[in-house]
Order: sequence, then structure tokens, then C-alpha cells
Amino acid sequence: MATEKRKIKRGEAEELRRELVAHFRGERNSLRREWVQQMGAKKLLEGMTPQETEAESATIYDVCVECLETAHYDSAEAYARRMAERGVLRGMTSEQILGGMLTLRDVYGRSLFSKYRSNVARLTAALDVYEPVANNILAVVAMAFIQERENVVRQQQEAIRELSTPVLQVREGLLILPIIGLIDSLRAKQLTEQLLRAIRSHRAKAVVVDITGVPAVDSKVANHLLQTIDAARLMGARVIVTGLSPDVAQALVYIGVDLARLKAVGDLQGGIEEADNFLGYVSMPKSNGSKALKE
Amino acid sequence: MSIPILKQGPYLIASIQSAPTDSEWREMGKLLAERVGKQRSRGVVVDVTVLDVIDSFAARTLREIAQTVKLRGAEPVVVGIQPDVAFSMVQLGLTLGEVPTELDLEEGLATLDAILKGGEINV
Repeated sequence: MATEKRKIKRGEAEELRRELVAHFRGERNSLRREWVQQMGAKKLLEGMTPQETEAESATIYDVCVECLETAHYDSAEAYARRMAERGVLRGMTSEQILGGMLTLRDVYGRSLFSKYRSNVARLTAALDVYEPVANNILAVVAMAFIQERENVVRQQQEAIRELSTPVLQVREGLLILPIIGLIDSLRAKQLTEQLLRAIRSHRAKAVVVDITGVPAVDSKVANHLLQTIDAARLMGARVIVTGLSPDVAQALVYIGVDLARLKAVGDLQGGIEEADNFLGYVSMPKSNGSKALKE
Repeated sequence: MSIPILKQGPYLIASIQSAPTDSEWREMGKLLAERVGKQRSRGVVVDVTVLDVIDSFAARTLREIAQTVKLRGAEPVVVGIQPDVAFSMVQLGLTLGEVPTELDLEEGLATLDAILKGGEINV
């Protein structure tokens, strides 16, 4: 008895589903226009040309109806992913995209209300069919959008990490490594690797590590820094550390620095001068220089 | 396979070709000490470019070789420590003490030239 009832229900739902699809297809033009108009009123279409709005809204409308018809969300997922990719690239806000989808949901819902106004039982049954589909579509779009955002964040993090530790050659045999911002263990490790590789590839004899922009280091990172200096020494390069702030200096003392190993100079200029001295470079103003060369 | 020791002007170059065994390390030290006297060498370069690991034994032996060579009247220098090797050495707390280290053979020879020409170089 119960199974029979469910069967009837399922048949009924199938029938309703077809009816809804036919309804949405039939009303396609008027409903879509209403949707676009409402989005415009909510200022969700900023930055889009009318042609784009036309094309996008038609595709989205059809994809949604297709989801209702087939109960498969593959095409919606694919389309949402593409849309998120483009949307994020063009700087569309999540408000715009999700707001647009919510508006479409309302438009569909309203049209159902007006269609089944006279028959409340039928309306409830129609909403039972329609609502889960609408919610699923929204979830699919939201997920696609969030995933795209996460991708962008990941890419940017990578870019920041790469940019954060430049190793620059100032003269032949002299590298400078300006460090700005907090050093965590991961960054310290990266810094070491980059520095040691740069020493080899640039055939550096001296490296000035400027940590003016480092507000504080913990003992682990300070230790790592010292190890880097020792490692650079093993590769035949001398490391001069400049711009030690009082806090950093205290941290270094706290972990017990062997001062024979660490050459510290007040600022970057002093560090480069010290390195020049060690490398045998002499820099002087142009006028003096020519005179000195003549003598 | 023993480690080839080449004579280049006033210097000797121990060019390590593959990771030496403990006995090969010791043999190299002995040979270098002998050759320094025999060939009146002024400097010794130990090239460890091919090594992808320097353990505590190797580090200690390098240090001992350097001290021995110095006592025999030549300047020692170790060259070619790779970035990864250098960092794992310091992480393990291994150092070469007072032994000068340089990037590669060319730099090592230049350092020896500087030491012999201008007295003690500041390292």
C-alpha cells in the first residue's frame, strides 16, 4: 500500500517536473527579461555590456531549466566553473554572481506562485520538485566560485613567496639579500636555499644580508640564519649582516651567537662598503676618481 | 680506487672522483702529507665537488688533513662544497674549523695565490 502510494507520488512528481520544464521553456522570454531587469535594479550587472548580459542570462536560464529536466548538474557545474573563472578574472564580486543566481531563483519561484495560485496543493507539490533543484544549482555555483577564489589565493601566495626573497647581484662577486617582513620557518628554509644556490650561480665571494625590514625573529629562525651564514662560509662566501634591530640583536644574543662567525654592520651602505673593502673594490666620486687614477 | 693527486705549479690538487671510503680518506691524507714535502708544494686544494654528503668522519678527516698539510708548510683549502651539502653540514653541527673553504677550484687557487703573495689573508 505504502509503496504504491510512493509510486504514485513519484509518477506525479515526474509529471510535475515535465510540466514545470514546459512552463519555464514557454515563459522563457518574459521570465528572463524580468530576471535581467531585477538584476539591473539591484545593480548586479555593473561592468557587463548589454550583449554580455543577454548571452549570459540566456545560457544560465537554459542550463537551469536543463538541470530541472534531467536532475543532472554536470553542465551546471561546468558552466559555473567557467563563469567563476571569468568572473574572478574580470573582478566580479561574489555578491554579483550569487545575487544574480538568487534573483533567478526568486523569479522562477514567483512565476510558480502565479501559475498555481488557484491550487495550493498543486503549488506545494510543484515547490517540492522545484526547490531542491534550485538549491542544488545555487550550491554548485557557490562552490565553483569559492574554489576559483581559493585557486587565485593559492597562486598569489606562491607569487608572494617567490617575490619575498630576491637575491641581487650588486657587483661581481657581491650579492645583496634584502629581507622584508616576518620570517617563518618555511621562508627561512627557502631563503637559505635561494642564497646558497645564488652563491654558486653568481660565483659570489661576499653576501650582504640586510634585515632592516625584519621586526623580530624567534630563536629557531635566528639559529637558521646563523646556519645559513656558516653554510655560505663553507661555500667560500663571506656573509655580512646589516640592519639588526635591537630586538633581533637581543634574540641573537639570547641564543648565544659566536661573534667570530657573524659579521654585523650597522646599515646596508656600511655593509656594502665593508664587502667592497674585502673584495678589493674602491668606489669614489667621479672627479676624485679620475684624479686618483692619474696620480 | 685511490684519489688522484695532481700537481699544478706550486700546488697539489686532490680531486675526489667518487665518495671515498674511510680508508681512502686516510690514504689521501697520508699521500698529501708525503707529496707536499717531496714536491715542495706551497698549497693544497681538496676538491669535494662530487660529494653529495660530508659526514662527521669526512669533516674531521678534512680538518686533520688541513692541519697536517699546514704543519708540513703548505696552505690547505677545501673547495666545491655544494649548497645542500653545506647546509646539511651546519645542521649536523659539522664545521671545518679554521680550514679555508672556497667555491670551486679556480677560487681556491686564487686564494692560495693571494695567501702566498700577500702573507696571511683574512678569512
